[in-house]
Amino acid sequence: MTKEQIQEAIITQIQTIAPEIERDDIRPDAHLQRSLEIDSFDFLKILTALKEILGVEVPEADYAKVDTLNKMRDYFAERMAS
Amino acid sequence: MSQTITYREAVREAIRKAMHDDERVFLMGEDVGHYGGCFAVSMGLLDEFGPERILDTPLSESGFTGAGIGAAMNGMRPIVEIMTVNFSLLALDQIMNNAASMLHMSGGQFNVPLVIRMATGGGKQLGAQHSHSLEGWFAHIPGIKILTPATVQDAYDMVLLALADPDPVLVFENPLLYNAKGELDTATAPLPIGRGKTMREGRDVTILSYGISVFKALEAAETLSREGIDAEVIDLRSLRPLDDAAIMESVRKTHRILIVDEGWKSGSISAEIMARINEQAFFELDAPMGRVCSAEVPFPYARHLEQSAMPQPEKIVASVHQMMEES
Amino acid sequence: MSTFVMPSLGADMESAVLMEWKVKEGDHVRKGDIIAEVETSKGVIEIEVFEEGTIEKLLVAEETECAVGAPLALIRSEGESASEPAAAPPLPEIPTEPAEPVPPETLPQTPPSGSPSAERIKASPVARKKAKELGIDLFSLAAAGEEVHLSEVEAAAKPPQPPSMGGMRQAIARAMSRSNTEIPHYYLSTSINMTPALRWLSDLNAARSIDQRILPAALLIRAVVKALQEVPELNGFWRDDALHPSGEIHPGIAIALRKEGLITPALLNAGEMDLNRTMEALGDLISRTRAGKLRSSELTQQTVTVTNLGDLGVQSVYGVIYPPQVALVGLGKIIDAPWAEGDALTVRKVMQVTLAGDHRATDGRTGGQFLQELERLLQHPEELL
Repeated sequence: MTKEQIQEAIITQIQTIAPEIERDDIRPDAHLQRSLEIDSFDFLKILTALKEILGVEVPEADYAKVDTLNKMRDYFAERMAS
Repeated sequence: MSQTITYREAVREAIRKAMHDDERVFLMGEDVGHYGGCFAVSMGLLDEFGPERILDTPLSESGFTGAGIGAAMNGMRPIVEIMTVNFSLLALDQIMNNAASMLHMSGGQFNVPLVIRMATGGGKQLGAQHSHSLEGWFAHIPGIKILTPATVQDAYDMVLLALADPDPVLVFENPLLYNAKGELDTATAPLPIGRGKTMREGRDVTILSYGISVFKALEAAETLSREGIDAEVIDLRSLRPLDDAAIMESVRKTHRILIVDEGWKSGSISAEIMARINEQAFFELDAPMGRVCSAEVPFPYARHLEQSAMPQPEKIVASVHQMMEES
Repeated sequence: MSTFVMPSLGADMESAVLMEWKVKEGDHVRKGDIIAEVETSKGVIEIEVFEEGTIEKLLVAEETECAVGAPLALIRSEGESASEPAAAPPLPEIPTEPAEPVPPETLPQTPPSGSPSAERIKASPVARKKAKELGIDLFSLAAAGEEVHLSEVEAAAKPPQPPSMGGMRQAIARAMSRSNTEIPHYYLSTSINMTPALRWLSDLNAARSIDQRILPAALLIRAVVKALQEVPELNGFWRDDALHPSGEIHPGIAIALRKEGLITPALLNAGEMDLNRTMEALGDLISRTRAGKLRSSELTQQTVTVTNLGDLGVQSVYGVIYPPQVALVGLGKIIDAPWAEGDALTVRKVMQVTLAGDHRATDGRTGGQFLQELERLLQHPEELL
């Protein structure tokens, strides 16, 4: 799966959980939860859904490594390649 | 031509004009001549027109009303003044069995162009034999017309309208209005007999009234308007015939009706109006119709009792409140 | 026979659109069953029935706007016999001579024939006429015992207007004004060291798959509920000059709608939930709140309110109690703060908890006991499992 496809999957899940968020609202380097007003429940749901799709589970200790779109994309890309 | 005069002067002016314009017109009644009328309406007319046309009569309502009927049948245009409506009961036989019935009984040969003026209503502390409002009772009788001037304009117009009518017309004047001042326009054609007049436009409720009660209704409407209730006030002007069209039009507009009448409720003109609305505009009503009438007692003499027995603006306001709460 | 009416789902609700019936005539229903879905300003709400019986008749069609209190269905309780179709009115007895048959008087708008209760609607004549002209069912406008007047028919004829935020704002304004006027609030606040609880939670989650994880918000709700079980005087209502503690604990959880507004639906029967169940139910409540899929009981049965403004960075929440409730628990942001432990000064995760209490119902002592118990539990999070 390419990085673009991973990014696409993340955006799709964000929009599934929070349908009112537009694609343009998601800035690649902005803090996802703060910039999109996603609370901890929503964030957990997004990660849970991504685990189903991408097969990678993010432990709580790694939450700081997935707090922007770009970081989350790279995180999944790295884990999926290995 | 418009001028401000009193109700009393308006009636007198109308009689003067009629007597100047038509030599068949004459006035008779108790004390109308030398005394000038017990309410001073005919003051000065004896000097102007002489004892042949301004006739003081004996205290015999039946006698002089009958004389008036005879004169009318023979081509004259008499105005009979009866001191108060309570005394008119002595002439009821003449009014009902002769004046009202003659055209019918003669197969249309004899009409009775008679005008009877009388005082009506309470509030003057004159006791139960001088204070009643029986005009609604007279409105029961086919063959006569019942007029109830409230304004200075109608006080003038209705004398002339009554004289112009080929049949007997009873005009009910409330003595408490004699000193009331108002505009008189003698240039415009009068509103015909049988037509009501909208005194105040409104959306929320219609107050139907006549005579002195019209002014109580208007005062109540002012109070109500400060509370945001927009009341329409209609002066019925004529109790027989009633202006059904104007009444029903207002029912269709406001859907709520309050009738204010100084007569009693039972078997009354207010009951008749309610019955007609029921017959002709039932499906326009949004609340039960209401009435503010006099207490069902012979009129009391004591001032506070008399006042509390009569319709008052506060009672009208309270009735409208109740009606608006119900709907 | 009882009449099921459109429930009020909040002070700001005047009417709702009945979207879909979940039962049909003849169905048996039990307390708590979903009878229909209605659409309100708070989204689509599933409304529940509170008695047992058989649906005798559905009185309104789907997609009908109904005022609060409007009859929606007739429910026959057990043991009541099914009503027979109304028999034709008997002709008046005619003495001896045959006379013209008297036709039964017909009203312009009698309820549909066969309608069992067929109670006469007290509608004014002009309301009946207008309803007939506009094809509006008077039955849908008639709340029990109330008269129907022209203004109601005209209002029903207007296209249903979604209650505006202005309306919601006004309803909140009324409730809050009433609260601040009537309720003598007292406020108690305490700082709680959250490090033990968060560390415990983090260890718990590390051993769990992602879909089994527990969020701090759920742990806090669980702790509040458990503390309320120890101090039940704060969970209930002030009615008729007396405190009525509630047997069940239904905390109203303040949930922000992303678009606009805030709703505090009840986490029903939270007292009976363990930590896992609390997490699951809270997640479900939040997503249904945001999807506009709440149940009527969730909008009406709150026994206490929990407000967490920590997401906004707020450290202390001094809330206004929602009447007739008697308490509001405010949870602030968890921050890194200096903390004295023994003789040492360290940095700990610290949260400010505030209790707003109704002083008519309880005293500061009761509130203090609650905060004390809450703190104790958060120092022993394993008790919250």
